[in-house]
Amino acid sequence: MKRLTHLQRLEAESIHIMREVAAEANKPVMLYSVGKDSAVMLHLAKKAFFPSPPPFPLMHVDTTWKFKDMYALREKAAQDAGMDLIVYQNPEAKERGINPFDHGPLHTDMWKTEGLKQALDKYGFDAAFGGARRDEEKSRAKERIFSFRTASHGWDPKNQRPELWNLYNTRKAKGESIRVFPLSNWTELDIWQYIMAENIEIVPLYFAAERPTYEYEGGLFMADDIERLEKVLGKVPEITNRSVRFRTLGCFPLTGAVESEAATLADVVQEMLLTTTSERDGRVIDKDSGDASMEKKKQEGYF
Amino acid sequence: MADAPATDPVYQTDALISEDIEAYLESHQSKTLLRFITCGSVDDGKSTLIGRLLYDSKMIFEDQLKALEEDSKRVGTQGQEIDFALLVDGLAAEREQGITIDVAYRFFTTEKRKFIVADTPGHEQYTRNMVTGASTADLAVILVDARKGVLTQTKRHSFLAHLVGIRHIVLAVNKMDLVDYDQSTFEHIVADYRSFANEIGITEFTPIPISGFKGDNITNAPSDKTKWYKGPSLIDHLETVEVSNTAAQARSFRMPVQWVNRPNLDFRGFSGLITSGSVSPGDAVRIVPSGKTSTVKSIVTMDGELDEAVAGEAVTICLADEVDVSRGSVISAADDPPESADQFEANIVWMSDEDLIPGRGYWMKLATQTVSATLQQPKYEIDINSLDHLAAKTLSLNGIGVAEVTTDKPITFESYETSRALGSFILIDKISNATVAAGTINFSLRRAQNVHWQSVDISREQHAAMKNQKPAVLWFTGLSGSGKSTIANLVEKKLHRMNRHTFLLDGDNVRHGLNKDLGFTETDRIENIRRVGEVAKLMADAGLIVITAFISPFRAERQMVRDMLPDGEFVEVHIDTPLEVAEARDVKGLYKKAREGTLKNFTGIDSPYEEPEEPEIRIDTTAVTPEEAADLIIDRLLGDS
Repeated sequence: MKRLTHLQRLEAESIHIMREVAAEANKPVMLYSVGKDSAVMLHLAKKAFFPSPPPFPLMHVDTTWKFKDMYALREKAAQDAGMDLIVYQNPEAKERGINPFDHGPLHTDMWKTEGLKQALDKYGFDAAFGGARRDEEKSRAKERIFSFRTASHGWDPKNQRPELWNLYNTRKAKGESIRVFPLSNWTELDIWQYIMAENIEIVPLYFAAERPTYEYEGGLFMADDIERLEKVLGKVPEITNRSVRFRTLGCFPLTGAVESEAATLADVVQEMLLTTTSERDGRVIDKDSGDASMEKKKQEGYF
Repeated sequence: MADAPATDPVYQTDALISEDIEAYLESHQSKTLLRFITCGSVDDGKSTLIGRLLYDSKMIFEDQLKALEEDSKRVGTQGQEIDFALLVDGLAAEREQGITIDVAYRFFTTEKRKFIVADTPGHEQYTRNMVTGASTADLAVILVDARKGVLTQTKRHSFLAHLVGIRHIVLAVNKMDLVDYDQSTFEHIVADYRSFANEIGITEFTPIPISGFKGDNITNAPSDKTKWYKGPSLIDHLETVEVSNTAAQARSFRMPVQWVNRPNLDFRGFSGLITSGSVSPGDAVRIVPSGKTSTVKSIVTMDGELDEAVAGEAVTICLADEVDVSRGSVISAADDPPESADQFEANIVWMSDEDLIPGRGYWMKLATQTVSATLQQPKYEIDINSLDHLAAKTLSLNGIGVAEVTTDKPITFESYETSRALGSFILIDKISNATVAAGTINFSLRRAQNVHWQSVDISREQHAAMKNQKPAVLWFTGLSGSGKSTIANLVEKKLHRMNRHTFLLDGDNVRHGLNKDLGFTETDRIENIRRVGEVAKLMADAGLIVITAFISPFRAERQMVRDMLPDGEFVEVHIDTPLEVAEARDVKGLYKKAREGTLKNFTGIDSPYEEPEEPEIRIDTTAVTPEEAADLIIDRLLGDS
């Protein structure tokens, strides 16, 4: 009698989900944000279809404001998996020079929410894998694994399909699409344990190192691209070297750094377990309109 | 907080985390997983209990706790104390209403196990949500308010949990603090529950007296206030109850194939999730439904080939022989394969706002198989409060009944009693694509086992070849008086002159014979079209070009006939005449009668006509004459072949 551990059960569930999509969707794509959850999702995709490469491309909806380390890993990860990489940048946001300093919430809206809609429409993808987890945020706890979006990418929480057993209904009308979350049942600790157990490569920014940092509106950030900061802010912020790391990764001016000495995976997990604030606390977007903000974003089509 | 859990050994992990993180992680790698559901309504303190479990297991971070404290003061129902319920209510709409309207999944961990809790609402109108949450659970915690005892809803929750196959039931008698922790109150409730549980086939359950609010018997038992209690705490029980995959492993091997893995000509593997038993290289297997046998050559994973794989693992299997295997096939133990059949008795839980329509075709998804299925009128509906069997013509939202299901081709299955994976299915509406029902198979019906397809030597291709034509079904649809019969007649005459073998099935004529037992209700109209579809299919099998002229107002039924035929043989012809025009013509005087109310269920007047969205051919009768229309149709038909 073989007793499966919780990680083995989670792995099998995610693999089963990915294979269902590959078998039933017309044109799936895997959204890839270069973060640790994306890294785990990509690793699971490799496992699900081995020895074939995953039968869909990887797509990064880029804001041009990500950390340099993230861009470096993005190319390598796609190549290692034998998958095509699509990088999409919203041309309108590019033209208008949308940035996190001058445009606030519009930055996320234009680059990410609008960018994602445009990219899905442009390539005609009807199913998109995302790395969101139910434990991240309250409104996500009720998200389905297969989440339906209207032709205009809207999410209607009252009109989601019941999800029974592991029987996923992937049928949809022309123009409608599905977001699929194979990591729904994973927790942050599961993700870290799996990265450790499977030796998955993640962006070095998750580990503490001496990095150039600046303070902005009460938060601590990394000066990943000083020239660009100067151009947007009109001056170079005061830069101090500190030992910092990141608990989540996004646009460098929007992702708060935490001072830390945790330089190994075990140290990071240790710090995470002993820490007293939740993971999304370092992200600015959850806070912009009270406690239902993520839910509102989802209705508008943010992933 | 009362009974603060800070010194509780169950969660005493901080020391190990800070002293020896490696050892801590090592101990976590080997944890098992238990999925459970909590059933009860807002008043039973369900959300409070879950909030308590999260809080006690340190799954609440400081920022969340701070937000929780603020929320508790603002909208909480516990005065100045922390309202744990707020922690678990996610969507903005339901927070305002103060009820849980959907299934929410929560996660917590103890020293021994990781838990996923499905938190579902308790009201009768949310039966579908509870069934959804229960479908993936190994265990159910049925909450009872100690002041109220076993209520109708307790029975409903227990019945549903049992119906979806949960074999571990915990009866959590909550709010013991409000009955002064009285032993006899507890025992009275347990005795009450036992007599009901036996009635519905629950033979075993674990009763625990608790207080979610105060924390009694949640992590430690007995608590100071319940010294008389001899059983385990809730957490102790959840940590030690047997998990599902061990029982599944003891049964015969089955793996429904999800995906054929073919990276190059040298590799052909079959990927799937093993639903029961175990498999090793060298094992003899049988492919169902083809019945072909082979031997397992290897079990492939990215981590290397395996010597053994068991229920719950997702693998890729290579076979020693070139046998035909595709998505939907079930690779099984050679000496004990599952059955295949096309008629079943099943329990159905209806989940859609639109009622079940007996006779209508729905997509049925069972494991990795998808087929077209129709349901008979239910044998009975179950009153989930009294458990009485009620006569029923249909099932409405949250209705639970027993019905016969017929599929258009045999599917591989096991009874739900034997296998959750091969005994459960969902039904999908063919037009809206909504999941409309969940079903569990009781058994296959004998008719299906005894009526076999007779294989014939002359194939449909040979029939068609002799007539030197490609068979087709020209399916005319449109309002009464739109000109269907007139144009259909012309089409047949012209084809006949061109030496084509044709047959015209006309709506009025068929209703005089084959379908004279049918009326004009929605159900009868569907049966009318189903029979005509079957007849048209037989004629197409014989090589004929079949022309049908029926109003056929519903998209779902036209789709049903389309699905009966090989791709490309169903040609939908929409005779598009505006209602005003058809009504003005009123050749048979029917519109007049319908307007006067002497003719009921008349399409276009008091019964809907669903226009084809993408017909192969659309004829605008206000723009062309019947002759021109007939030529157009023939051009399209013969031009295509």
